[in-house]
Amino acid sequence: MRVMVFAKATGDSDKGAAPAPEAFAAMDRFIEELVKAGVFIAGAGLKNGAEAKRIVCEGPGRTVIDGPFAESRELVAGFSIWEVKDMDEAVAWAKRSPNPTSGRSEIEIRPFFEAADLAEFMTPEELSAPRDGERGKLGVA
Amino acid sequence: MPAGDTRKTATNQAIDATFRIERARIIAGLARVVRDVDRAEELAQDALVVALAEWPKTGVPANPGAWLMTVAKRLAIDALRRDKMRERKHEEIARTLDETFDRAADAIEAALDDDLGDELLGLIFTACHPILSPDARAALTLKVVGGLTTDEIARAFLSSEAAIAQRIVRAKKAIAKAGLTFEVPRGAERASRLPSVLEVIYLIFNEGYAATAGDDLVRPDLCLEAQRLGRVLAGLMPEDAEVLGLLALMEIQASRQKARTGPDGAFIPLTEQDRARWDQLLIGRGLDALARAEALGGDGPYVLQAALAACHARARRAADTDWPRIAALYDRLRVAAPSPVIDLNRAIAHSMAFGPEAGLRLVDEIADADALRDYAPLPAAKGDFLFRAGRLAEARSQFTAAATLTRNARERAFLLARADACDGKH
Repeated sequence: MRVMVFAKATGDSDKGAAPAPEAFAAMDRFIEELVKAGVFIAGAGLKNGAEAKRIVCEGPGRTVIDGPFAESRELVAGFSIWEVKDMDEAVAWAKRSPNPTSGRSEIEIRPFFEAADLAEFMTPEELSAPRDGERGKLGVA
Repeated sequence: MPAGDTRKTATNQAIDATFRIERARIIAGLARVVRDVDRAEELAQDALVVALAEWPKTGVPANPGAWLMTVAKRLAIDALRRDKMRERKHEEIARTLDETFDRAADAIEAALDDDLGDELLGLIFTACHPILSPDARAALTLKVVGGLTTDEIARAFLSSEAAIAQRIVRAKKAIAKAGLTFEVPRGAERASRLPSVLEVIYLIFNEGYAATAGDDLVRPDLCLEAQRLGRVLAGLMPEDAEVLGLLALMEIQASRQKARTGPDGAFIPLTEQDRARWDQLLIGRGLDALARAEALGGDGPYVLQAALAACHARARRAADTDWPRIAALYDRLRVAAPSPVIDLNRAIAHSMAFGPEAGLRLVDEIADADALRDYAPLPAAKGDFLFRAGRLAEARSQFTAAATLTRNARERAFLLARADACDGKH
C-alpha cells in the first residue's frame, strides 16, 4: 500500500530557523535507510509558511490569503510517499524518524485510496473503462 | 480485560512490524556466520520470540536491529554449547562465532554501515545462485529476503503450500551441499552471477504482472515485492547499470498496471490504453533510474528494455510514440539479447516506424525460426503488415492461421474479427 507521510511544522521550523546540521544529517540518514529498504518513493521538504498562500473557496468566490499563518503546528513542513506492506510497517518506520526539534513535532500517515476503497463511488467498469480526453492525473493514485 | 488485550495486540503489532523491517538483514548477518539459511531463519525467529516477551515490558529499544542481532547471537552460541561440546572443535567455533557476531552486532549498531548492505547483498546472491532453478531462486528469495510466508508464496504462484515448502527445503539443501559462503561475489564472478539475480527479480515481477486481476484479493502482490527487491538492490549496487535498468523497466511497466485491463478483464494493448491512468510517479522514478543507468554507459538487455518502455511512457498519446527510436533500440537489443521473439517485436517496431513493407521484410527473415513455429503472434503480426499494405487476401489467411494457433479464446475472437475485416474491405 501507498501512504503519504506528513511532517507537521514545529514552531521553530516555521519561523524559518534552519535545521541544525546534525538534525539535517540525521534526517538524511533516515531517508537513506528508507531508500535502501525500498520503501521511499518520493518526497520533498517545503518552505515555511511565510512563503505560502491559501486560496479560500466560498461558493463561487475565491480569496487569496498570504502566509505566514497563525496556527503553525498544522502546517505541513514536508511530505514523503512510502510503499509499505501495511500501516503497522509505516508506523514502525515513522517512529524511527529523527525529531527535528528538541520539543514536540508530529508525523501524520495517511493511506492512499486504492481501487477497492472506491467501490462506493465507482463501479469496476467505470474504474477500468478508458475515458475521453487528457485527464492529467498527478500520478499518485 | 479487553483494554489490556488491545494494548498487548498493539505492542505485538509494533514488534511484528519492526521484526519484518529487520528480518532480512538479521538472517543475512546470521547466515554468513552459521552458513545455513534454515538455521539463520530459526535463530531470527527465536530472537523475535524473546523480543515478544521483553519489549512489551521495556518498550521497543532504540536500535531494534542491533538488539535482535545480539539476542540471535547469544542463542546461536548457546545452541552450539548445548550440542554437548562433543568435540573440542565446537568450542572453537563458538569462540569464532562470538567474535564474528560481535562484529556483526557492531555493524548493525552503525545502522547504515556498508557491511550491513553487503551482508544482505550476499544473502540475495546466495538465494539467487545459478545452481538453483529460477523457480527455486524465486521462492527462496521471497521467503528469506522478501519475508513472505510459504503460504503467501504458494498463493502468489498458484501452487500448493507443500510444493513450495519442498522447493524451498531442496534449495536450502542444495546451498548447504554446495558449501556456499554467503559472501558477495567480486569482480568477474559478480558480473557473471548478477544475471541470475536480475532474472529472478524480473521473474517475480512478471509472475505478478501476467496475472489476471481480482481473482484472489489476498494474493500477495508480486509486482510490489519485485519492485521492492529491485529498489533494495539498486540501493546496494548503485553503480551497476543493469540493476538500475531492471528497476527502471519494472517501475515503468508497473506504471501501466491500472490501464492494462478492461472491465471484463480483457487485456488492453499498449497503444489503446488510457494514458491518463498511467502512474506518473512510477514513470518519473523509472525515467530517473534509466537516466542513471545510461549515464553509467549501460547498454545491456535490461537498460535497453527500459529504454523501450520509456519511449512509450514519454508519449502522452499513442500517436506521439517515437517509433524510429523504438526500432533503433530493438536493433541494439537483438544484439545484446538475441531471441526470435525480440526479432518479431523488432519487425513490428520497424513496420510502425517505416511502413508495413519494412515489417514484412524483417518478418520473412525470421519466419523459419524454430522457436516461432506455431507461435500465434508471428502470423498475427504478418497479417497486420499485409492488411496495412492492402494485401487483404494474404492478410486474411495469416489472421486465420494465427486464430488456429492461439489457445486463448479472447485472442482467437479478436483474430477472427480481423480476418473478417479483410473481407469487409473488398
